[in-house]
Amino acid sequence: MLLTPHPSYRCFNMQTVLYDGSYQGFLCAVFDVYDYKFSLVDICTKDQFKGNIFEQVHNVHHHKEHSERVLKGLKQKVSRETLLDIYRAFLSEKTGIENTLLQFIQYVFSNKISVEKDFSHPAVITIGETVKKVRREKHRMEAFIRFQKTKDGMFYAIIEPDFNVLPLIITHFKSRYADQKWIIYDTRRKYGIHYDGVICSEITIDCSTTGSSVNEAETQLDEQEELYQKLWQSYFKSINIEARKNTKLHLQHVPRRYWKYLTEKQLKF
Amino acid sequence: MNDRILEKLNILADAAKYDVSCSSSGSKRKNDTKGLGNAEGMGICHTYTADGRCVSLLKILLTNHCIFDCAYCVSRKSNDVKRAAFTVQEVVDLTINFYRRNYIEGLFLSSGIFSNADYTMERLVRIAKKLRLEENFNGYIHLKSIPGASDELLTEAGKYADRLSMNIEMPTEKSLKLLAPDKKREDMIRPMTFIKNAIIANRAEKQLKVKKPLFVPAGQSTQMVIGATPESDWQILKLSDGFYKHFNLKRVYYSGYVPISNDNRLPAFGTPVPMVRENRLYQADWLMRFYGYNVDEIVSAEDPFLDMQIDPKLNWALKNLHQFPVDINKADVNIIKRIPGIGLKSAYKIFEARKFTRLTWDHLKKFNIAANRAQYFVNLKIDDWQRKDYSPQQIKNFILSAGNSKYAANSSPQLSLF
Repeated sequence: MLLTPHPSYRCFNMQTVLYDGSYQGFLCAVFDVYDYKFSLVDICTKDQFKGNIFEQVHNVHHHKEHSERVLKGLKQKVSRETLLDIYRAFLSEKTGIENTLLQFIQYVFSNKISVEKDFSHPAVITIGETVKKVRREKHRMEAFIRFQKTKDGMFYAIIEPDFNVLPLIITHFKSRYADQKWIIYDTRRKYGIHYDGVICSEITIDCSTTGSSVNEAETQLDEQEELYQKLWQSYFKSINIEARKNTKLHLQHVPRRYWKYLTEKQLKF
Repeated sequence: MNDRILEKLNILADAAKYDVSCSSSGSKRKNDTKGLGNAEGMGICHTYTADGRCVSLLKILLTNHCIFDCAYCVSRKSNDVKRAAFTVQEVVDLTINFYRRNYIEGLFLSSGIFSNADYTMERLVRIAKKLRLEENFNGYIHLKSIPGASDELLTEAGKYADRLSMNIEMPTEKSLKLLAPDKKREDMIRPMTFIKNAIIANRAEKQLKVKKPLFVPAGQSTQMVIGATPESDWQILKLSDGFYKHFNLKRVYYSGYVPISNDNRLPAFGTPVPMVRENRLYQADWLMRFYGYNVDEIVSAEDPFLDMQIDPKLNWALKNLHQFPVDINKADVNIIKRIPGIGLKSAYKIFEARKFTRLTWDHLKKFNIAANRAQYFVNLKIDDWQRKDYSPQQIKNFILSAGNSKYAANSSPQLSLF
């Protein structure tokens, strides 16, 4: 575990690099690490930083040309898919993932040959495992999102994904539901995506009123909404084969934490 | 009105659930028209039943009225069950409204045979056509080809469906004659052959860069009932192999027989569903399609049944111990794929990573291999474990005692009540 600095280093040599938590911000942080020639680095968000008087702290400022230069450099060294994997791993919001990504980027830039498929490298392994989890969560959201139709013809869905996968699912829902208006709202991260039939835009709802506006939407449902929910629940029951019951397998595919928003798992009727 | 549609859905979903196909992958239908839905590439399982099977499509029968009397089927003529039939519009409304709420990937429509084959097929095609042309629906549609349907209707079906399937039902013609006296294997093989040729013709014209409409882009599949009749796994897998090689089938599904009848030609009520055997057949099927195994390496006339205790890949390795242990750092990737406990993804990682460094057992463990199986088949230093010349039976016993079979509970002859 050569790449994770031992905690005892932290007091004297560690250079803390603080950024705002955005992907652009992270790329600028990578730029600064090279620009300032930092060696032992801990990249972390301003929110997470607990402070330590012995550490040297560097604040990252947004410069579009900085993030673009890092991206441009990466594009020359790695495939499109690996570039996307860096973004996917970043969206895991896992503590310390910025440092793993930096190690990977440094490994890429310090080699003349392509190293993205060196599956024996610790950073490549960690990123691979993280990406696997993020992709699974993305796929689960594409599967488990349940829209409810409101009186004004809007289809809305609430999600609480383990990782910040909303940016990764927009394309899927936009191309699939091109002819209907929809909203997907992440209550954990307090933002959502609204598609008006033409374009997608990011929306936020004031935290203090989130609960009430969701309830309000429920009272404003389309008159056929309840029927179709009932039909779906009843369909779900009918297709089960009792002689094959296998709860372990069922839970493996649909862990309990997803049940909250699954229409077929509600006992409303 | 609403109660009636609920009742119909219950009856016609219940009758359709023994068809195991749930796939919604492999098509190429895009939403270019700014309509509703798409069916590109990867399928999505939107939920799973309490028995752990994937729910991807709205799987229903148009009707369970049937003029046939197939012993293994709940909808057989002589069975005393409630009958129902959807109207074309009802199926369209259910599909569209379920799809818009993200419950499903599309529709899987089958039907009991009423009147005659063409009459039934024509109704199925009419629903698919209406969804495509009137509702601008680009989601996945799987239609059942009705045995004996005309070429014209099959061609029409292929224009609107992503997948067509024809269930061969029984592994041999003899069993089919015994249990489904109204069905002829010839009536099933002929449409499958016709569609196969039509798909080949469509793809060939595409290669000439002529803009051609889609024709059954996700191909054909079939299904057979397992455990209702005495066929061996060798007979079953030989048939599958023929379907993959000569009919270009995308999938063969194996459906463990669920006892639904007192008919003395069939296993009695209460007989456990042969779930382990079904699983072993799927494993063997995967070995043929993705791992480069020849069917004769898996089962043979002399040894016609799959081992129920261990998977067919491990079974093959134990019978061919002279080919092991494999040198992870040098062996051909096709040999690495044959190591028990190492799947396609791990084999790929090994192949790529060894270009950078000499791989050790610690590396392999990080690739998520099944170490308790793989350790007997690779020539690496494994922690402080001493390699010895074990017999196949010894290795089998070590592996069985180390792992908890996921089927331990299910293979018990006693049916659990809850």
